[in-house]
Amino acid sequence: MKYIPMILISIICSLSAAWAGDETPTVLTNKDAIGLVQSHADYVWTLVCAVLVFFMQAGFAMVEAGFTRAKNAVNIMMKNLMDFSMGTISFWAIGFGLMFGVSKTGFIGTTGFFLSDFELGGDPWVLAFWMFQVVFAATAATIVSGAMAERTKFTAYLIYTACVTAFIYPIFGSWAWGSLFNGSGWLEGMGFIDFAGSTVVHSVGGWAALAGAMILGPRLGKYTKDGSVKPILGHNIPLAALGVFILWVGWFGFNPGSTTAATKDIAMIFVNTNLAAAAGAVLAMIVSWMKFGKPEVGMSLNGALAGLVGITAGCANVTPASAVIIGSVAGMLVVFSVLFFDKIRIDDPVGAISVHGVCGAWGTLAAGIFNIGGTSLKIMSVQCIGILACFVWTFGTAYVLFKVIDAVMGLRVSPEEELEGLDATEHGGNAYPDFSTINHASGYTGGGSGSFKETSPAYTGKLVDQS
Amino acid sequence: MKNIVAVIKPFKVDEVKDALASINVNGMTISEVKGFGRQKGHKEVYRGAEYQTDFVPKVELRICVDDSQAQAVVETIVETAKTGKIGDGKIFILPVEEVVRIRTGETGVSAL
Repeated sequence: MKYIPMILISIICSLSAAWAGDETPTVLTNKDAIGLVQSHADYVWTLVCAVLVFFMQAGFAMVEAGFTRAKNAVNIMMKNLMDFSMGTISFWAIGFGLMFGVSKTGFIGTTGFFLSDFELGGDPWVLAFWMFQVVFAATAATIVSGAMAERTKFTAYLIYTACVTAFIYPIFGSWAWGSLFNGSGWLEGMGFIDFAGSTVVHSVGGWAALAGAMILGPRLGKYTKDGSVKPILGHNIPLAALGVFILWVGWFGFNPGSTTAATKDIAMIFVNTNLAAAAGAVLAMIVSWMKFGKPEVGMSLNGALAGLVGITAGCANVTPASAVIIGSVAGMLVVFSVLFFDKIRIDDPVGAISVHGVCGAWGTLAAGIFNIGGTSLKIMSVQCIGILACFVWTFGTAYVLFKVIDAVMGLRVSPEEELEGLDATEHGGNAYPDFSTINHASGYTGGGSGSFKETSPAYTGKLVDQS
Repeated sequence: MKNIVAVIKPFKVDEVKDALASINVNGMTISEVKGFGRQKGHKEVYRGAEYQTDFVPKVELRICVDDSQAQAVVETIVETAKTGKIGDGKIFILPVEEVVRIRTGETGVSAL
């Protein structure tokens, strides 16, 4: 027993003697190890952000459900579940390759379908990158379901969603982001700035939504023959608000995650994202207050989203003070845009076209205007080219797609189905079986306002305007 | 027997129920309804479009009592449900042909 301390001391001394011959480690000798830690951090950061962006699907689902009627809530859930699920498969099979595959022309990728870039035992970065990109593709796809809510045939929507994630989104994406992986794009080659996707994701979604809403026509009863706008009340404002908060949270993955690297840059991106959202919400509230006499919740919620979309392009190359301005402008813009689309009788139940299309374009311009390195005519013209190219490509292809779908199988449900509610007619379901969801006390008394396929001229509706 | 149907303002329900209990009326049915008379609804705004809500939430009570109690019930309801403002509601008195207690099969006044 008394020998134990001595034995321990000898062991410790011999071990120390063995180590005494090592040199002090330096950055150079540890370069590989340090690089490995950074690489691991990049993986963790990218994948955590992919989860945050995935969770935005819940945000979209809640916003859309909250702003539409209870009789269609099951349909909204199915559309949101499917545009992510089908979108994932479609992006895995085709979209990712078109967007990030080797691109000889700068217009389309040609490799990497079915995740063929990944070999077992090989570099798994392609998997992390794919995971991050698929949730972006799904975000673009799900934007459209809100604008087309309450009157779209479910099968038609499934076909659309497969096409948008397989072709429409990735091809434009390859022009702006292809070089993030194996590809290269003509637009990014010109210096187009769109860090996290004001144009690539949000405007693509927004303009596709515009095409869909235009071809569908407005919901029955939304616009009357005498030109007034009859509001169709959302059935659950708390759900809509919850959705906006969830989207706000998810955007902290959307923007900072676009570094796909764990660096200190993410801090300013976080701050810019938050400031723009807050400024958007406040300004939208103020504008709605001035125009309607009371601060209106629907517009204010849209304002937060508008700010988020607006900062998405420039979140990495503008100052926080600029972010406040960008968000503020977006918040004001979205209110006028929502009113505008109602005026020209394009029915958008959740404001998707205004939030994502219009404010996506603003955000892309803003990334040029407020660029930290300074702006220039060249920078601004490239931004404009990108915005225009996106509109022409996306609106054009989506319009054709919806027209074809309409001709082949019909895009819109029948008036009877629309009045009864898509939950019953498309899904044989009921979102709230324990509750009575009949609302007969709002302004709409049913019966429709004439043919919904008529193209209505721009009309000065009887909107509340106290300016 | 009379069926007294009273449409009143929702926040008056508990007061009316307690007042009726104090004159020994211990059973009633209520439903949540919407309606309007001279009380207009109000203007609301949703995403920039203004609309008028005509129907105002109310509660409808149905109380079935013997003829001898009907007058007291009506007076009690009027007293407790009144606020003096437009929209206080209305009471309708309807004749009842028959009443049946489901559990025992009793009919008539003993079923009340």
